[in-house]
Amino acid sequence: MASTAAAARTELAVKKKSKNRSPLYQGWKRFKRHRLAVIGLVWVSLFFIAGVIGPWVAPYDYRVGDFLAINQGPSLKHIFGTDNVGHDMFSQILYSVRSALIIALGATLVSFVIGIVLGLWAGLRGGIADVIIMRAVDFMMTLPGFLFALILVILLGRGYWSLILAIGIPGWAGYARLVRSLVLGMRNGEMVEAATALGASQAHIARRYMLPNVVGSMGVALAFGIPGDLVQIAGLSIFGMGLQPPIPSFGNMIAQASDNILGFPWLLYFPAGIFALTLLSFLFVADGLQEAFSPKGGN
Amino acid sequence: MSDNLLLQVENVTKTFRVQGKKLHAIENVSFALEPGKTLGLVGESGSGKSTLGRLVLRLLDSDQGRILFNGTDISKIKKKDLRALRRDMQIIFQDPSASLNPRMTVGDAIEDAMEIHQIGTKAARQARVSELLQRVGLPDEVKYAYPHELSGGQLQRVGIARALSLNPKLIICDEPVSALDVSVQVQVIQLLRDLQKEYNLTYIFISHNLAVVEYLSDEIAVLYLGEVVEQAPADELFRNPSHPYTQVLLNSILKIPERPEQRQEMLSIQGEVPSPLNPPKGCPFHPRCAFAMETCRTIKPEQRTVSEGHFAACHLVDQAAGGLHR
Amino acid sequence: MGEPLLSIDNLHVKFARSEDEVYAVNGVSFSINENETLGIVGESGSGKSVTLMSSIGLLKENGTITAGTANFQGRDLLKMHRKQLEDIRGRDIGVIFQDPMTSLNPVMRIGDQIMEAMLTHHYAGRREAYDRTLQLMHEIGIPDPKTRFRSYPHEFSGGMRQRIMIAIALACEPQLLIADEPTTALDVTVQMQILALLQDLRRQRGMSVVMVTHDFGVATNFCDKIIVMYGGRIMEVAETDHFIRETAHPYSIGLKRSIIEIGHKGKEILPIPGATAAITEEPAGCPFAPRCTYASARCLQEVPELRPFGTDHQIACHHAEEVVSLVR
Repeated sequence: MASTAAAARTELAVKKKSKNRSPLYQGWKRFKRHRLAVIGLVWVSLFFIAGVIGPWVAPYDYRVGDFLAINQGPSLKHIFGTDNVGHDMFSQILYSVRSALIIALGATLVSFVIGIVLGLWAGLRGGIADVIIMRAVDFMMTLPGFLFALILVILLGRGYWSLILAIGIPGWAGYARLVRSLVLGMRNGEMVEAATALGASQAHIARRYMLPNVVGSMGVALAFGIPGDLVQIAGLSIFGMGLQPPIPSFGNMIAQASDNILGFPWLLYFPAGIFALTLLSFLFVADGLQEAFSPKGGN
Repeated sequence: MSDNLLLQVENVTKTFRVQGKKLHAIENVSFALEPGKTLGLVGESGSGKSTLGRLVLRLLDSDQGRILFNGTDISKIKKKDLRALRRDMQIIFQDPSASLNPRMTVGDAIEDAMEIHQIGTKAARQARVSELLQRVGLPDEVKYAYPHELSGGQLQRVGIARALSLNPKLIICDEPVSALDVSVQVQVIQLLRDLQKEYNLTYIFISHNLAVVEYLSDEIAVLYLGEVVEQAPADELFRNPSHPYTQVLLNSILKIPERPEQRQEMLSIQGEVPSPLNPPKGCPFHPRCAFAMETCRTIKPEQRTVSEGHFAACHLVDQAAGGLHR
Repeated sequence: MGEPLLSIDNLHVKFARSEDEVYAVNGVSFSINENETLGIVGESGSGKSVTLMSSIGLLKENGTITAGTANFQGRDLLKMHRKQLEDIRGRDIGVIFQDPMTSLNPVMRIGDQIMEAMLTHHYAGRREAYDRTLQLMHEIGIPDPKTRFRSYPHEFSGGMRQRIMIAIALACEPQLLIADEPTTALDVTVQMQILALLQDLRRQRGMSVVMVTHDFGVATNFCDKIIVMYGGRIMEVAETDHFIRETAHPYSIGLKRSIIEIGHKGKEILPIPGATAAITEEPAGCPFAPRCTYASARCLQEVPELRPFGTDHQIACHHAEEVVSLVR
């Protein structure tokens, strides 16, 4: 008996107690090795910070135009220039970041919650519930999501809430399908069989065993989802179906500026450039997350 | 006598549907087990040994037959009562890394078993986790580790600790050392043996490795295509293997020779295990059997008594006993 | 006997991991002669498989050969270009793996896969390759070759797939067959069949076989010569008969004693304490020293070189003589 204990001790390579051994920390260590992902993360963080503190740091009110300084190029006073009614472009962009983030995060959350609930339900219950939910998923997937959102905006109006719902509701199907496939994979796996053998109830298994693993794998899907929603928001604005002016948004700015691209190119360059960089950054981050947290991401 | 039995499996049958065909995973299997004893289940892939283990725990529902655990027929009881009963019967898996939640620390994984059955206070449970880890030969720090940080041998010890945490009466060990390195296998097997003595545990030990099964078992059942072809007390089975399949199995084992003269020639063995989707008529082993006769092709042999407590399902049972056996 | 068929000299292989490096093979030298069966035995992480795979250019991406040579028919395999190696692999050196399913093409008829081995190496023309394929399928024990030629891998059992792998590996009549745990995934009765087949084919063709295995039973019964590896180094090399008569390295002795065999019931078995661990620093002493009951201070500081120990027997242990006398 003593010999087995001694044996195990030599076998042991476990370091002392600390938090840094969680799968999350291990993933972060792997994430850090991807340079583009880290650069992307820095930009995304700046974007978030700008969204939060924007109203306090913006040098001008987004509603007020300076009629004495319309269509000015970048200067010390207006570093990104001004538009045709004298709005400071830098302030406009700061406010746009805020509105874009509110809608994108809200919409992603809406899709995510609906998707997880329905996906878990379909995967765990199976049977008729599964069939109905999966047919609904198929239906949603064949529908062009953008068109669906457009119709919803027309029905719901052009406010924050309606945009969140219009973009969020059509987006659940992909998440639901992912969750369902994860759940099905686990349901027939040994981990769930082991928990069942312990005497765990279905609810306990769903909560303690499946959900943490589902959410873990969903992080990546989420990181891919946000830029998708950002594009939808901008798209709706370009169609004139985004946020009601004067609330600034990337889509509005880009749409307006493209009318005047020859005369005042900075009006397009700055918002479009920042928007494109943001999308790219999100994708880099998502890519990095995927590699860091994929099951094969070990040593 | 039957009061003294922990487990009675009677005529259990299980069929799966695969691609529209019937797969006879377990056919008409019976055995009984006294407390504190070990039954070894040996067989090659497709023999149904793992399925049988899961039927006993009712992780799978059987089609026919009774499974009496402490006198209660577990194939009849309600799911809710079954969950409570699971305290008494546990399982250790071949691949502990697949059976543990990768996002739960080892301590939480063991504690969760007790939490499910609402045993003790949080503090009491945590004290028990430490006690169990020590008992299976792991240092206390392991409880803060995640499964991916431990080696296969350590993880298997965690699996054992988790099974033990509920003070079960019966543990099904499903190939518990097959995935481990040789030098670690013995450590785990000796741990299982010591624990059995200490807690008077009853084991069903499932393995393809006859030597390991022999080492731990009191009684051994040899499975072939879902049927028990031979069953006997461990020493009797190895002294007098009476089913031609058992004999082939024993002759296929390459022992490390003690003297150069004992080196074995590679034997030619006919055929492979047929698909359980399309099992042969008559005796399931007849296409590979060197002694097969006309009857074997048509009539399925009943269990025959070789000696007291030793059964073999073979038409030739008396003649074959001395035949291949060396 | 003449020149050895393959001789590996002072091979070193390292693997890069996310935070550290693993010293997988640390100065391994051995050779295999014509018409010989060599078994390389060890537990996981011993470097037994890496040694062979790296010498024929099948090293994983994160691995690097840091030193050594591998001479095959007078040419160093480690200095060859990928193309040259591919030419030798499959033509002069056949390889089979533990899991045939990963090396077989699931959407290609098995007959075509055997034929392809001959066609890519320009070993035979189409007509001849077809006839030889049928002949090979017959030899490896696939009944009704003409019909089975058109079957796909999933239609076969594990044992049959391994036979097909053997047919592919032997299609061009190689002088050397490298078998990496060829029977580990198979049932015991099928293992016996595959080993019997390999032995027959080897004897008929007079080729050499290097088999990597964790199973001492397979190695001691099947092979003429045995190499025991631990921690990326060779611990012991011996003709099998010598090895059986006088196992001399503490690791080999410990491993042999810790294997549970038929008839061991009731016997107390002494396990080797601990488990193998990846070597992440430049090894200073004997890799087995931390687990060795006979280890001295010297074992931790000085790497024991492989030295002769009786006839046809070499050992890497500072204390082999004492160990052997103690064990006796």
